[in-house]
Amino acid sequence: MLIYTIKRALLATLVALTVSMLTFGLLHLSSDPAVALAGEDATEEDIQMVRVDYGFDKPLPVQYLAWLTKALQGDLGTSFYFNIPVSKLLQQRLPVTLTLGACSLVFAILSAVPLGVLAAMRPNTKLDRFCLTLAVSAQAMPAFWFGLMLIVVFCLWFPLLPVSGSDTWQHFVMPTIVVGTNAMPAIMRLTRTGMLDVLATDYIRTARAKGLRPKTVLLKHALRNAVIPVIAVIGVQAGYMMGGSVIIETVFGLNGLGLLAYESIMYFDLACMEAVVLLLCFVFIITTFAADIMNAWLDPRIRIG
Amino acid sequence: MSVQNDTLKQIPNDEEIIEPTPGQIMRTRALRHWGLMIGGIVLGIIVILALAAPIAAPHDPYTQTLSNRLLPPVWDAKGSINHILGTDQVGRDYFSRLLYGARISLMIGFATVLLSGFIGTSLGLMAGYFGGRVDLFINYLITVRLSLPGILVALATVQLIGGSLPVVIAVLGFMLWVRFAVVIRSATMQIRNMDYIKAARAAGCSAFRLIVTQILPNVLNQFVVIATLEAAHAILLEAALSFLGIGVQPPLPSWGLMINEGKDYMFFKPYLISISGIALFCLVLSINLVGDGIRDVTAPENRN
Repeated sequence: MLIYTIKRALLATLVALTVSMLTFGLLHLSSDPAVALAGEDATEEDIQMVRVDYGFDKPLPVQYLAWLTKALQGDLGTSFYFNIPVSKLLQQRLPVTLTLGACSLVFAILSAVPLGVLAAMRPNTKLDRFCLTLAVSAQAMPAFWFGLMLIVVFCLWFPLLPVSGSDTWQHFVMPTIVVGTNAMPAIMRLTRTGMLDVLATDYIRTARAKGLRPKTVLLKHALRNAVIPVIAVIGVQAGYMMGGSVIIETVFGLNGLGLLAYESIMYFDLACMEAVVLLLCFVFIITTFAADIMNAWLDPRIRIG
Repeated sequence: MSVQNDTLKQIPNDEEIIEPTPGQIMRTRALRHWGLMIGGIVLGIIVILALAAPIAAPHDPYTQTLSNRLLPPVWDAKGSINHILGTDQVGRDYFSRLLYGARISLMIGFATVLLSGFIGTSLGLMAGYFGGRVDLFINYLITVRLSLPGILVALATVQLIGGSLPVVIAVLGFMLWVRFAVVIRSATMQIRNMDYIKAARAAGCSAFRLIVTQILPNVLNQFVVIATLEAAHAILLEAALSFLGIGVQPPLPSWGLMINEGKDYMFFKPYLISISGIALFCLVLSINLVGDGIRDVTAPENRN
């Protein structure tokens, strides 16, 4: 188990390094940051001055190394647009996004797992079809549009919830529904498949033959093994949620990382953009790492194989 | 299963029994698959409407008539048959824009999949066929790409380069190859050790020729399934990018952009965002249904 964990951690670190290099390179090569920084009616000399000032004239690998050493010390630079240190901005915004992510994840799991189990209990019946139809529809729903329609329903027709902001728990209700609905289909399908596989195994037949109550068989014996692939996909979905938050937070004006990402992208705030993209990458790497470890802990075959 | 039972019942005596050909079995299965049929019909209608947009559209999708701003659709008391779905905030005919928008969405789906499918399939074939270090490296690429928050990187890159249809297609194409690579890789690994591959190798086939002529045709099923799902994915992403104002640029009638433009009026004229949203939903749903259907029909053993 320890060896497996160390191996995974090394891989995760390597991936994190590559990702940071990629995003840095991608964002720096896609445009000239000095031109955007200097403003619209800057002369060639102004641009050149900005370039030297911020070190944009040095070769890209040198810039990357300088940035990386600073970043590792906790200095992510200063936001051009907000004019405060990026690390402070991230600290302010991260809790909102994490709250949204956690709520949505709980919502997705609570709706997807029971539906998946129900569908697997009665495969190819109306109930099963209904669950699958629900999953396919949720998958096809454009998240931002779903959010807007919820606003029309819950703010215009039945004025129950606030339109935008992030001050009270009511502000999180609609975003949670949208993000959770988005993550639901994958979790539900996998629960269903996992359950179907497990229910066909011998040990379930044995448990039933012993005369255990169907509920015990289902929840204690079957579900435990069926959730192993589900945990992996939940890790991945948690990562997607963080990335997808950029759209949902913009729709609902939720003051989190996603909105920060949108603002920094709109205002060409390079330092901020990089920091947010990287932070989300790291969250994704950490969640998948956690899911891997949890899987290995649940299923010895993984850590040995 | 039931297909064969039915055919057996219909045939009177043993001498005349003719086994149904694989093609016939597949056709029967396809015709009995509700999802595939419904998805196929809806998708067919959308494709035909999109192709026929220049003939079918009652008005020019770009002509602005400021005196005709925000006309309601025909089912509204004040609606007129002249503008079936009303007009938008600058007086353009909504129905015509919707039809032309279908072209953009379909084009995004098709072109993106062409690019991402090429990248992903090549990587998947190489990883699956060569194995070893090549496989390790490509697997690493897949992990790295999966760690990048797709929407965010797409947004940032499109904004930095400058939003336009080709840029959106290119960025999405370089983003969505992962699932192709993963699926084609494992399919190739299964095929790699089959006898006919060994035979081809023994006959002196080069690796390239072997991959292209022997393996590729056998992973085509999986390719088509992933291609449909990724096309739907690309269409949704384009709509999201355009909705945020960082994708296809006005005045092009992208459905996501139409929702973005209608957003400011959504409390007074909800149809401005609901209609194009429903269109988007129907298109993506039908593509997904077709994809799932093809998978069920061609490989029923993978149905779950």
